[in-house]
Amino acid sequence: MRFASLELRNREAAEDAVQETLLAALAAEKSFAGRSNLRTWLTGILKHKIVDAMRRSTRERPTETELGTDDLDALFDASGHWRDPPQPWPEQAFEQKAFIEALEMCLALLPARTGQVFLMREHLGYETDDICKELAITPTHCWVLLYRARMALRQCLEKSGITKP
Amino acid sequence: MIDCREASRLISQHADRPLPLGRRLQLRVHLLVCDACTHFSRQVRLLRQALKRLS
Repeated sequence: MRFASLELRNREAAEDAVQETLLAALAAEKSFAGRSNLRTWLTGILKHKIVDAMRRSTRERPTETELGTDDLDALFDASGHWRDPPQPWPEQAFEQKAFIEALEMCLALLPARTGQVFLMREHLGYETDDICKELAITPTHCWVLLYRARMALRQCLEKSGITKP
Repeated sequence: MIDCREASRLISQHADRPLPLGRRLQLRVHLLVCDACTHFSRQVRLLRQALKRLS
């Protein structure tokens, strides 16, 4: 549920997706047949429901600010150097609970479309071409959104102090 | 020689599709001399690993 809310940015839509998942699971109970553990199986169904819901919401276009690159250019000085240079992170950072919590908080701060595209790419593992098609955006826009997400997340995580060795 | 602004874009793109040979070489040369971009490149990978574990 928490994960669905993060991805869909909308509590009602997330509740619907979870409910549809449980209904689909009940209907397909026989096909489960102990092939995997229950959580993995339900998460798999939920991912499909989330993508369905995203597809239904494609009328929500990314905002102009999300597609522009002015804010991204502003992260560098006139000679093209980082204003806030990336720091080394502990190699196994992602195994810490605190890191994951900070990451979830930072994800929630991303502009809506940026967060969706990033999660489709990195969490659901979609290829960029498929994301463009699903959400009816151009490859260039898709790429700008992914770039923005990565730049914003690294800055947000470093500000949280969690990446300090 | 590309600057960090350009290199950071290539690093992000490279996580989503193969770069043309020339761009890949430009990026590699930049990474040899730039710690900040090397860190960013590793961060992009760590973010990917972290997102895969999110449930």
